[in-house]
Amino acid sequence: MEKPREFEKPMGFRDLPPKLAARKRRFEERVHARFSAWGYEEVCTPTLEFFETVGRASAISESRMFKCLDREGHALVLCPDQTAPIARMAASLLKDEPLPLRLCYHARVFRAQEVEAGRQAEWFQSGVELVGLEGPAADAEVMALALDCMRACEVEDFQLAFGHTALLDGFLRERISDESVLEQLKEKLGERDLVGFQEIVNNSPLPQQAKQEVLFLLHVDKGSEGMKELAKRTRSETVLQAVAYLEACRACLEAYGFGEYLVFDPCLVGNLGYYSGVYFEGMGSGQAFPLFSGGRYDRLYERFSKPMPATGFAITLDRLMASGKLEVPETRCVGVLYPPAAMRPAMALAEKLRNEGNRVIAEVWRSERDEARMRRKAKQVLLLDEKGGVRRVDDCSA
Amino acid sequence: MLTIALPKGRVLEELIPLFARGGYVFPSEWFTSSRKLVFALPEQGFTLFLAKPMDVPTYVEYGVADLGIVGKDVLLEAAREVYELLDLRISPCRLAVAGKPGAEPALYPRVATKYPRIAERYFKERGQQVEVIFLNGSVELAPLTGLAERIVDIVSTGKTLRENGLVELERITEVTARLIANQVSYRLKREAIQTLAERLGKAVEGEVSA
Repeated sequence: MEKPREFEKPMGFRDLPPKLAARKRRFEERVHARFSAWGYEEVCTPTLEFFETVGRASAISESRMFKCLDREGHALVLCPDQTAPIARMAASLLKDEPLPLRLCYHARVFRAQEVEAGRQAEWFQSGVELVGLEGPAADAEVMALALDCMRACEVEDFQLAFGHTALLDGFLRERISDESVLEQLKEKLGERDLVGFQEIVNNSPLPQQAKQEVLFLLHVDKGSEGMKELAKRTRSETVLQAVAYLEACRACLEAYGFGEYLVFDPCLVGNLGYYSGVYFEGMGSGQAFPLFSGGRYDRLYERFSKPMPATGFAITLDRLMASGKLEVPETRCVGVLYPPAAMRPAMALAEKLRNEGNRVIAEVWRSERDEARMRRKAKQVLLLDEKGGVRRVDDCSA
Repeated sequence: MLTIALPKGRVLEELIPLFARGGYVFPSEWFTSSRKLVFALPEQGFTLFLAKPMDVPTYVEYGVADLGIVGKDVLLEAAREVYELLDLRISPCRLAVAGKPGAEPALYPRVATKYPRIAERYFKERGQQVEVIFLNGSVELAPLTGLAERIVDIVSTGKTLRENGLVELERITEVTARLIANQVSYRLKREAIQTLAERLGKAVEGEVSA
C-alpha cells in the first residue's frame, strides 16, 4: 500500500473549514432549538458499539458498516445510525424513566460507501426518538417537528411524503398470495423501479382486475382523495386500519398547520423489515437527496429485551445545510494592536469589547505589517499607544 | 422547467421520433450540429443536454437533470438511486454472455466486459468462479486475442458477434431505454413529470398526441 501524503484523508471523510463549520453550527443550533422547544432532551451515545447488538439491530446493511475489533476480539461498529444505540440506552439506562421518552441527538454516523470514491462516509445527523408512545398523534408529532425544522432552516418548497408499511403489504396481500412475488414487488418499490414493478404485475398469473388494482397503487392521488380511493378498493381490515391511521396523522398535521406540505404515497418504502408502520421522507429545493427520513419502528426494542413502540426521524444535516437558506450572521470582529508596554490596558479593553458582543483579536504591535494583516480579518482595528490609549481607529468595513 | 439528460448515440436517434409522437418537437439541427451539448426549449418547458449514456444516471441522481433517458443495461451497471418511471421500448437489445462456439471451459475462466458489476453479479449468482476484466469498448476483441474466453455485452442483431466468429451463449436480460427521474424532482416537480411521462407513455403505445 502506498504511504498516504500528508494532506490526505481516508476515503469518504472530509474537513470542515471555518465557513462550513460555522454553517454547520448555525444549522445544528437552529434544529436543536426546535427539538428543545418541542420537549426533546439531548443524549449522546458512544461512537463505537458492539456489532452483535447495536450493529445487528441497525437499519443499515452490514456491508455498509465500518468494523473493527476490540482487545477481546469483539466486533465493533462505528455507529451507522443513532436509533439503535439510543434504543440500547433507553432500554437499559433509562428503563425506569416514565414513558414516553422524548430524546434527540446531534451525532456523526458512518457508512462505508460502495458506489464510488469521494462519496461521503461520515455524516452529521440530527434526529429525535419518541419512545413508548403509539398512535397517529405520536407519528404526527415527529413529522410536524421535522417540518418545523425545515421551516426554521428556511428550506424552500419542502415536502413530506408518507406511506404505511401495513397499507402497502395488506393491499398487495389481498390480491397476491405468492410470498416471493410479494417480496419482489416490495423490493422493486424500494429500488424505485416502477417499470420493474409493472413488469412483475403484468407477467404474473393474476386476474386482470387484480392487476389493475395493484397497478393503481402507482397512480394514487397524492392528497386525502388517494386514501379514500384505496379504502374503496380494499377488502381487509388491516388496510382499512392503516388508511384510518394515516387519515388521523394527516388530521393532526393539519392541526399543526403543516397540511399543505404532505404528499401521500402508498409506494414509498423504507428499509423493509425495519419500519413497522408509518414511513416518511422529506425533501426540499436545492438538494437532490432526501433531507430527512423516519417512521415507526415498533419491533426494534424487542432486540433490547424491552418491547416498546417508538417513532422518530433523522435529518441529514449535510444536506439540510445545502438546501436551507438560513444565513450565518457575522459577528463584528475588532482587532486590538498594542505595544508590549500596554498589555494590561489592552487586555482590559479587549475584555470590555468582548462583553459588548464583539469578536476581539488582540495582538502585540510590532510593525506596519501587523496592521495590514489585522485589517484583512477585522472590521475595525484599534491601535493603542504606550499608555494604553487608542491612538488610531481604522475602519475596514469597505 | 424540466432538465432532461439524453444519451448521445444510438438511443438518441430513436428518441426524437418518439418525442415527436408525444407532441414534443426538437430542432432539426440536433442531427447536424455536433458540438453543442445543451439545448434550451423554453416553449416546451425543457432544457435538454447530451451526455455519455453511462453518465446519464449520475446526472439524474445528483439532480442536475430532473429526468434522464438511458438503457436498462446502464441502469443495472450504474446502480444509482433514481426512479425508473417508464419503459420507452426503444433501442431493444439484450445483455448476453458470448464466446467462441464450442470452446472448452477454461481452468481459470476470464470474462471481459464494459459491465463489470452486471457480469460479477450474474456469475456470482450462478456460483461460477470467473475473473471479470473491465474493458472500455470493442469487447469482442477479448476472445479473439485470448484475453478472455467469454464476454458480457449488449447484443442487438448479433451482427458484430457473427463477424467476429462469436456466438451468444447465455442471455442475461432484455434491455430497452427507460425514463428515469431524480427522487426529489419526482416529488417537487411531480405534475410536469407526470404530464411528460403520460404523453410519452401514450407515444410508446402508439397513440399520437395532437
